Amino acid sequence: MHARADAAETTAPTWPDDIFATLQRFDVRQVPYVPDAGHSRLISRVLASSSMRGIPLTTEEEGVALLAGAWTGGQRGVLLMQSSGVGNCINMLSLIPILRFPFLTLVTMRGEWGEFNPWQVPMGSTTQGVFELSGVKVLRASDAAEVPAVLEAAAAQAYNALTPTAVLLSQRLIGAKVFAK
Amino acid sequence: MSKANLLDRRQVVSSLLADRKDVVAIGGLGASTNDMCAAGDHARNFYLWGGMGGAAMIGLGLALAQPKLPVLVITGDGEMLMGMGSLATIGLQKPPNLSIVVLDNEAYGETGGQTSHTSAAADLVGVARACGIEDSRSVTTMAEVEAFAKAVHDVAAGPRFANVKIDSANLERILPSRDGTYVVNRIRGDLGFQPI
Repeated sequence: MHARADAAETTAPTWPDDIFATLQRFDVRQVPYVPDAGHSRLISRVLASSSMRGIPLTTEEEGVALLAGAWTGGQRGVLLMQSSGVGNCINMLSLIPILRFPFLTLVTMRGEWGEFNPWQVPMGSTTQGVFELSGVKVLRASDAAEVPAVLEAAAAQAYNALTPTAVLLSQRLIGAKVFAK
Repeated sequence: MSKANLLDRRQVVSSLLADRKDVVAIGGLGASTNDMCAAGDHARNFYLWGGMGGAAMIGLGLALAQPKLPVLVITGDGEMLMGMGSLATIGLQKPPNLSIVVLDNEAYGETGGQTSHTSAAADLVGVARACGIEDSRSVTTMAEVEAFAKAVHDVAAGPRFANVKIDSANLERILPSRDGTYVVNRIRGDLGFQPI
């Protein structure tokens, strides 16, 4: 569970619902993902949706290629992953400037803010740099209140201006994973 | 090295696309994308010059977006091996309008002909079937290629997969456009989509 969240929350957070509403408004249809605990509520909403198709991947780079195909066929998509998956995408990110399709990804962060597992730290520390070196603009949401505005800006620039965009959902927002014995 | 009874890759691809009608075809990085161009440039050809391992997933995204259109991925054994996990992803989604053909010369032809995993143990037909693509065929004759080309147009009965053992001869390169944005927007235009 995420007991080490910044704000003590007694009920399930609703920011994933805000994300879902924004994606729906932008007519997002294909939602490839590699599961992450921080994305679990959003993934459930997507899988229950009649307008979006949740597509589980075996590795995150599949999602980049999938979104290229979706756009060629006239649909928008969004890739959900955690920070460790960003490294898996690197070569496939070259499709984005070459094919010029709208790219939006929502990344739940590990390896920061109270992390317990040292193995998450190296990739979590380079996530933003990897995106920026690959030509993907990075926006960040660190508390629930700013999620709607950040998502709105990200979706608008990704889909309207074809600006490849990643939103980092910080570990401060989702809560550090606690490993109870 | 040529073995007996291996098919000619250009003949295979020409046959797959001869009566293509509304097919959208994706050519994987390497000689496959050249073969597609050699069979005749077309507004619905998606040529890859990079993104190795991504051809089948581009096909999946397109097939899900356009469920009434036959989508045909034509790629090589090395490219398919790199994206082998995507067979599991496709086997889960089961898009009935998606077909995948692997031109299997058991080698990385673009880089000097180093042998690939399919030259020994790896069985891509077995992998595809085990991932849930029930119609997975090993193709060794032109008659089987022609039968598969017909099946591609049945957008209710896929997904389907064919591994075609081809001759490893390096043929004259027929180079398609390297401008990916042009290629994508040409397909989108042909499907009736406006520029943003």
